[in-house]
Parts: sequence; structure tokens; C-alpha cells
Amino acid sequence: MNKENLHRMEFEVEAMNYQAAGKASSKIKKVLQQIGVHSAVIRKISIVSYELEMNLVIHGHGGKLIVEITPSEVTVRAIDEGPGIPDINKAMEEGFSTADEKIRELGFGAGMGLPNIKKNSDNLNIISTVGKGTSVKVVIKV
Amino acid sequence: MTLGEIAKILNAEILYGHDLLNREFSSVFCCDLLSDVLAFTGENALLLTGLTNLQVIYTANMINAAGVIFVRGKKLPKEVVQLAEELELPIFTTPLLMYETCGILYSRGIPGSI
Repeated sequence: MNKENLHRMEFEVEAMNYQAAGKASSKIKKVLQQIGVHSAVIRKISIVSYELEMNLVIHGHGGKLIVEITPSEVTVRAIDEGPGIPDINKAMEEGFSTADEKIRELGFGAGMGLPNIKKNSDNLNIISTVGKGTSVKVVIKV
Repeated sequence: MTLGEIAKILNAEILYGHDLLNREFSSVFCCDLLSDVLAFTGENALLLTGLTNLQVIYTANMINAAGVIFVRGKKLPKEVVQLAEELELPIFTTPLLMYETCGILYSRGIPGSI
């Protein structure tokens, strides 16, 4: 990775704060637009970062959202110290969700988050330990 | 079709976007499930929904929606309109039901978004 061309942003995402959920991702989108990234790529990155941000808010007890931009790829990482994912394969299934009624009222919790992240990424890596937290890394080619 | 034309057809009030009525949209997606909006909607779609929280605006922004129409004459919290302004996302409210709104748009030949 060429460090000279690296643009890095880091956001603290608060647990259960639905007033602020989405702020980090819309800021990321704005920066990508300013840099001049192709609109179809921005759309993919925006969907991934927003899904990850919502996961931090809903499931992760908050956490960090980190974006690194180089001329060839964008890496989005979500790191939390939440409950962890007991069965990642299950979590990747469309329709599987552990979200509660309050989340569903907001329009989320359909069990589409991780499958949708996968659909929009070129590379997805999830590391999770129950009781310790989850780290999701997504790479999208520019 | 432009947002201005559709606003007229649906007797919709413009909550934000008076200067953006010439914006064209390619298709329509109607849904109260934002997870599905994020997963299924194509580029430059017009989103119809009855949900009125901030996440509707953020979701529409992420998918590059052309605009949002709130159905059933929904009243929007002030901060939702403010966020739409901030993100330059045109938003409208129509007194029509979701079913009626979809029926009108479908009968005009506007395709569903995918």
C-alpha cells in the first residue's frame, strides 16, 4: 500500500444512538465525492459503511468505524467490543437476525446486513469472539 | 420523469427540494424496510415509504436515491427535514396511500427499481 496516497478517517460510533447513526457514513460519502471517486463505487462503499455503522449501533455496543482510501482500493473496518457473533455462517444467511422489536420498528433487523455487505465488497473478513467483540474488514476496489 | 412532474401527479407537498424539481429519476422502490432498501434498490431511484425517521434520509443518501416521497400524509419530525436539506435530498409528502401512490406511478409506466 502506498502510504503517501493514504487518506484515513476514524469515527467513534455510539451504541443505540439513533439520532447520530448514519452521520459517519454520510461524512465518508462526502469525502469520497470530494476526492472524485466514481459514483458507482461510492455507492458500494456508502452501503457497506452504513450497514457496518448500524451494526455497531445496534449490535456492537458502539465501536470504531475506520476508512482508508488509496488510489486502488478502499478499506472499511468496524471494530467493537460487543457480544461477538456465535455463528458467523448463520449470521451470513439472508433473513437471520437477532435484532429486537425496537430495531425492527426503525426499519432494520431484516437479516440482510451482512449478506448485503458481502454483495457490495470485493473482500470481506470477519473475526469474532463471543464476549470479546467483532472486527469486520471490507475491501472495495476503486 | 422529473420529481416536479411526479409531485404534481401525486398532489405532493415539497418539504425540501424546490430547486431540484428538474431532477430525473429512473425507477421507484417502495418499502418500509430499510434493510431491503439498502439491499435491493438500484441507482437513482425514487423511494416511497411511510417511515419517517432519520434513517430513511441516511439510507436514501447512501443508495444515491433521487428523492423520497412519504405516503399517507405523514408529518415529519423537524430534524428529518433538516437532514434532508443538509444532504440535498428532495423530500415530498403525499396524502395518498402507499397502494394508491404505487398504482398511479405503475399506470404511468414507471418501472420498479432493482
